[in-house]
Amino acid sequence: MKIHEYQAKELFKKYNIPIPDGGVAFNPDEAKQVAENLGQFPVVVKAQIHAGGRGKGGGVKLAGSIDEVAGIAGEIIGMNLVTHQTGPDGKMVKKVLVEQGLNIAKELYLSIIPDRATAKIVIMASEAGGMDIEEVAAETPEKIIKVFINPLVGIQPFHCREVAFGLNLSSTVMRPFVSMLGSLYRLFMDYDCSLVEINPLVITAEDAVIALDAKVDFDDNALYRHKNIIEYRDIDEEDPLEVEASKFNLNYIKLDGNVGNMVNGAGLAMATMDIIKLAGAEPANFLDVGGGASAEMVENGFRIMLGDKNVKGILINIFGGILRCDVLAEGVVQAAEKTGINVPVVIRMEGTNVEQGRKILAESGLNLTTASDMKDAAQKVAQLVAG
Amino acid sequence: MSIFVDNNTRLLVQGITGKEGKFHTQQCVAYGTNVVAGVTPGKGGQKMDDIPVFNTVKEAVVQTGANCSMVFVPPAFAADAVMEATDAGVDIIVAITEGIPVMDMIKVKNTMAGKTSRLIGPNCPGIITPGQCKIGIMPGPIHKPGGPVGVVSRSGTLTYEVVHQLTLQGIGQTTCLGIGGDPVNGTNFIDCLDAFEKDPETTGIVMVGEIGGTAEEEASEFIKQHVTKPVVGFVAGLTAPPGRRMGHAGAIISGSSGTAQAKIEAMKAGGIHICENLGIFGELCSEVFY
Repeated sequence: MKIHEYQAKELFKKYNIPIPDGGVAFNPDEAKQVAENLGQFPVVVKAQIHAGGRGKGGGVKLAGSIDEVAGIAGEIIGMNLVTHQTGPDGKMVKKVLVEQGLNIAKELYLSIIPDRATAKIVIMASEAGGMDIEEVAAETPEKIIKVFINPLVGIQPFHCREVAFGLNLSSTVMRPFVSMLGSLYRLFMDYDCSLVEINPLVITAEDAVIALDAKVDFDDNALYRHKNIIEYRDIDEEDPLEVEASKFNLNYIKLDGNVGNMVNGAGLAMATMDIIKLAGAEPANFLDVGGGASAEMVENGFRIMLGDKNVKGILINIFGGILRCDVLAEGVVQAAEKTGINVPVVIRMEGTNVEQGRKILAESGLNLTTASDMKDAAQKVAQLVAG
Repeated sequence: MSIFVDNNTRLLVQGITGKEGKFHTQQCVAYGTNVVAGVTPGKGGQKMDDIPVFNTVKEAVVQTGANCSMVFVPPAFAADAVMEATDAGVDIIVAITEGIPVMDMIKVKNTMAGKTSRLIGPNCPGIITPGQCKIGIMPGPIHKPGGPVGVVSRSGTLTYEVVHQLTLQGIGQTTCLGIGGDPVNGTNFIDCLDAFEKDPETTGIVMVGEIGGTAEEEASEFIKQHVTKPVVGFVAGLTAPPGRRMGHAGAIISGSSGTAQAKIEAMKAGGIHICENLGIFGELCSEVFY
């Protein structure tokens, strides 16, 4: 799960990780109020959306006066912000963070992530702060410091020193930096984060260490033990069809194509999307109904796929294991009766109870195309949407 | 022959009295797996069908000589279950559970380092040596006993698809296993490739990957150096958008890493026969393996 920068900074504050003074605002008046309370200029007005690259997209601006704050906040709130992470459609901005400007002497990069390959926690840091870290990693990997931590032992002073010396920090900055890094690690572990990133972490002219930006992502599988974090979820940042799907425990991701597809199992679902493309059409979604899908889930899956107006045809690919083919077939028939499927549907079924499943479909009187295997199914659906 | 599990496997099931655990235990028994014990804390002394249930894994191992465990414990308690089985010295631990927090798995991995137990999964369909034993949730009848092909995969139903196509072509399997769709798992591709390479009955290997992480790239490097048997590979997710978790917790393209294209390139460079069209996977295997 992703959260906003201002929410991440709330967490930082709890852990005594220094952040700039400021506050969130949902309209220009609130933005003015925050700036007045700050009592000094310039201030920075930052769009709050779940995507990076906000500065380049025009979502981060400096204001030198109260009137300018109101003007800029008015421009940004309600704007459709397009960055390299939002996709071409962009994201509607609904709130801004208004913060004090800082006298920046140095910009650093700092993040903590779980490392899949080593099963350790890795701290990454670089003097090339404020830049896209992927670019730094690709072009100048020697500028990135990586320190691996065994979570059973936890972070030790030497880990922090390794990072601090690697960043060439001055002796005055060393102590606050090490204390901040320890707090950041604790936050990461306490909340089952999948990413904590500060880019840039700034050293001010006054030798203070301050998190100018803040990004915190959480492991969805661990949210059950962090009820307070779930409150940070912002439905506005999610696709409405995906929100709807999640209510029914369906794993749905909307894409740009015209062939809806419903599959059991994530790997097979991706492979089905790929074969649709190979057959000359474009997948409209990823939809994994999971291992234990009921007829109701299949029905809801249909409804959600049909909610996407780009869908011109549907491919159902089920390899029955735990999910039996007769259950799937019943779901399809129910969905057709309730929602009135108005696009061609190709069904490929294999595995447990496949004969009963085929019988249910054949006797339903529905206009369905059956396919013998994946290749056949993909070709048939591609032809149907093309013609 | 086979890898990791065979006729001598004595299975215990952690979470045997739950709905899923019970159903799949019965399926495994029906396939011919020797299920010797179940473990559900607080239900020791009961029986599930004719299988004795114990409170602890240690007790079950001592009483029944179980050497393999299948874990059906819910995600919040699954890491604990795997560590309990490790502590009891169980050789092979197969964790089916989906949705275990990453941090829990990281702790499990570091706890298991240096121990003798092997973890398969989590978030996997399990492992089957066709005709001998099935430890997991895969449909038994799609498999063909007797080899000569070993199958290793990160997926569930996609593995069934691949195995089904092999069987339709008349190609049997030595052992098929899913290593799981989570970012941090136990047994990896390399462990399985190494075992298949050393198994005399296995003459060809199928490797099924998906987006996310670098496991396929590392496996390709290993194949180049150490595997003499032909390998056919497939990677799911060419059309997956970056930054989105595609069902499996581990199936996510982060920035520019973990793309299907990069994996396919690495696998080709490792000498793997890449299947570009899953629709003709079986045919390709026929050509490569015979």
